Amino acid sequence: MPKLKIEDLEKIREQVKRTTALREGSGFRAKVNVHMGTCGIAAGARTIMNAFIKELETRDVHDVLLTNSGCAGLCSQEPMVTIEIAGQAPVKYVNLTEKKAQEIFEKHVLGGTIVKEYALGIGSEKTDY
Amino acid sequence: MNEQRVSEILTKYQADPGAVIAILQDIQEEFSYLPKNALMIVSRELDIPLSRVLSLATFYTAFSLKPKGKHPIHVCLGTACHVRGAQLVLEKFERELGIKTGETSPDMEYSLDAVRCVGCCGLAPVVMVGEDVHGKITQTKAAGLIKKYKK
Amino acid sequence: MAEKAKDKTYRLHLMVCAGTGCVSNHSYEIKEALEKEIKKHGLENEVTVVPTGCNGFCERGPILVVQPGNIFYQQLAVKDVPHLVEEHFLKGRLVSKFMYTPPEEKKPVPVLNDIPFFKKQVLIALRNRGLIDPEKIDESIARDGYKALVKALTEMTPDKIITEITLSGLRGRGGAGFPTGLKWQLVRNAASSNGGGKYIVCNGDEGDPGAFMDRSILEADPHAVIEGMVIGAKAIGATAGFVYVRNEYPLAVQRLSIALDQARDYGLLGSDILGTGFDFDIQIKRGAGAFVCGEETALMASIEGRLGEPRPRPPYPAQSGLWGKPTCINNVETWANVPMIINRGAKWYAGIGTETSKGTKVFSLVGKINNTGLVEVPMGISLREIIYDIGGGIPGGKAFKAVQTGGPSGGCIPREKIDLPIDYESLTEAGSMMGSGGMVIMDQDTCMVDIARYFLSFTHEESCGKCTPCREGTKAMLDILTRITAGKGTEEDIGLLQDLALSIKDSALCGLGKTAPNPVLTTLRYFRDEYEAHIRTKKCPAHVCRQLNIYTINPETCVKVGRGCDVCRRNCASDAITGQKNEAHVIDRAKCIKCGVCFDVCNFGAVKVD
Repeated sequence: MPKLKIEDLEKIREQVKRTTALREGSGFRAKVNVHMGTCGIAAGARTIMNAFIKELETRDVHDVLLTNSGCAGLCSQEPMVTIEIAGQAPVKYVNLTEKKAQEIFEKHVLGGTIVKEYALGIGSEKTDY
Repeated sequence: MNEQRVSEILTKYQADPGAVIAILQDIQEEFSYLPKNALMIVSRELDIPLSRVLSLATFYTAFSLKPKGKHPIHVCLGTACHVRGAQLVLEKFERELGIKTGETSPDMEYSLDAVRCVGCCGLAPVVMVGEDVHGKITQTKAAGLIKKYKK
Repeated sequence: MAEKAKDKTYRLHLMVCAGTGCVSNHSYEIKEALEKEIKKHGLENEVTVVPTGCNGFCERGPILVVQPGNIFYQQLAVKDVPHLVEEHFLKGRLVSKFMYTPPEEKKPVPVLNDIPFFKKQVLIALRNRGLIDPEKIDESIARDGYKALVKALTEMTPDKIITEITLSGLRGRGGAGFPTGLKWQLVRNAASSNGGGKYIVCNGDEGDPGAFMDRSILEADPHAVIEGMVIGAKAIGATAGFVYVRNEYPLAVQRLSIALDQARDYGLLGSDILGTGFDFDIQIKRGAGAFVCGEETALMASIEGRLGEPRPRPPYPAQSGLWGKPTCINNVETWANVPMIINRGAKWYAGIGTETSKGTKVFSLVGKINNTGLVEVPMGISLREIIYDIGGGIPGGKAFKAVQTGGPSGGCIPREKIDLPIDYESLTEAGSMMGSGGMVIMDQDTCMVDIARYFLSFTHEESCGKCTPCREGTKAMLDILTRITAGKGTEEDIGLLQDLALSIKDSALCGLGKTAPNPVLTTLRYFRDEYEAHIRTKKCPAHVCRQLNIYTINPETCVKVGRGCDVCRRNCASDAITGQKNEAHVIDRAKCIKCGVCFDVCNFGAVKVD
């Protein structure tokens, strides 16, 4: 292996930090919660989860917490996610596709504008972590 | 004793007299003790008097001049283990194995030694068998631990 | 495979503790089971499992911390894994039955930082514990590893580095508390004879029984130590360094060698480090099991391949150390603090702690305490906070009696001094010392005379034998203490002990001998009544000195409550107990070897000890 120069060390730091930043555990601006009960997974929640992971990766975002939870109780409208921006009421999105997920990530999570046409309701129950 | 292995170890350290302790450690690991022949080879090859090699071999507790058992048992007598009853555990092992501390069972399966703190004090009393660390070992658990290592 | 690539993002990181404590509690099996279950559920692209160094809360191992969220799971078994993976990692529901419930609370506490054991800790030396895989240099770099090195090599002169360390107030964490900056200055100023060259040594011969912070740092964050040593090398002008690690620490040796190889591959060690023209490399030297090698002159003799015997000082290693060259020796924890001081500045570091003791100290909290483990706290914190807030108090509602600090060189601090602020000076004033940071907690069932005897037997055995006061003096003291614990002590023995203690303190050659009487002196100072009880009434108040114990079985309790359960007879080591089910059992005193098993196994309190 070629010996590192100072710039290379910095590059490794930035690159690895992106993937390990999640371990620091705090300082998240927003939370994306994919509902992954049996019904959600059957309806394609896994694809939605992967779509969000891809978004985080390609856009190099590390202040957004991606997590999952069980069934939200509205099985007929799965796959579903809840987006919580710090300090704002959570928003639930239903009947998602990969494309819709990308749009929601770009407009709501990054841009702060709620994508009303996919939203179920605003101000649903909050989660505690 | 396999003299070939001793030569290999010496070659690994380029017969450097400064590495004599590391060389003895590798020999101890290889044979579970320091055979007399090996010490003589070390003395000859490193050009260190045999008396000095022997003084190292007897000063450091990691070395043994007698063969150790297949499963060396080390009962930790660190402070944390002591206040949680390690001495009684050591004596229980003596009774179970029928040997005294520092001895090896006649079938060469087990040897029993006391050791100064293995640094696992959170789990006191601690017993090491080979390189495995076992925590919270009481008198009543000692027999079971020995059984675990029976072939 | 792509899934292990550096830049792969996972939504969950499962940090499995792989310190020695958790490994002995089968944490590698847990890791394998997690990986298998994750794969079974097709989560391998979303969830990653990371082995880390010691978390410190060894009592509760094996430990798993889930990030993000800092969710703390404890005492896991392989059979728990499928349920945990399905519930938490697949369905997103936390599983409270694997969480920790602090002794004073009813409900489990899910988040690590909310657990009292972790809450009061300030992590500097242990900054990366549980957050990185110690076998991956990249993860260390991501946590600002080697950033201080870049600063030291490119922006700072050696004098500037030394000034920074001096101003930080950092003192040696190995025991004596010598100011680190001053030591570096002395080595820098020392002229090197015959052809030049100076050495850096890391003392990892953590010999104090009851202390394991150095092992933990080497296992959890070896790069912190390596980085500190390279910075030190630049400051004093050394080109070679050694880490002396205890023989009893195989995992630490293994992780450190991996770390050294990786640092060398990256050009962070070796010639022309980071293209700055600075050369320095480090070798590991394994100890061979001699406590005295923790003493710096003995340690150097051992590195040179000689008997680990101390020699008189001066000359100090700073003038004439390894192979006669100026040598800078600091211990593992001290080196691990260095990068943080360079990164964040002396002022920041000096802002933590007390007037004379700056920064933090790592303590191993062991013995009769609920939360055994490793804790890092600011200097000046009180014993009470450590024992009760962090340590969760004494198990079984028993009374706290004393805390032993400083290992065989230290002493016992009694209950009355529980509000003592912990720093170098106040511990010395109390008759003990900081030492390397072992804190052994003792309760009402610990006999202080036995503790004194224990430490004397330790120092007597570990004495290298070179000087008479230590070789013969500790033997004489041990004989007296053994006599007292056997009920054969006389009134004169106390005075004799005291005289011997003071003369050994004055006349021994090295630190081992000079401090060996400390455990006796402090126990005499604070617990003289226990010595007197052994001598006058031939009784051990804590029932530890076995030769003074008499075991009996209360026949009434045995039959009425225990229904002659027979468990004691079956467990008796010497066939000293007779009796049948539903009958009162009896101990034959002539046969009894006083191992105490009957007392331990009786569930009805029928066995009495006097």
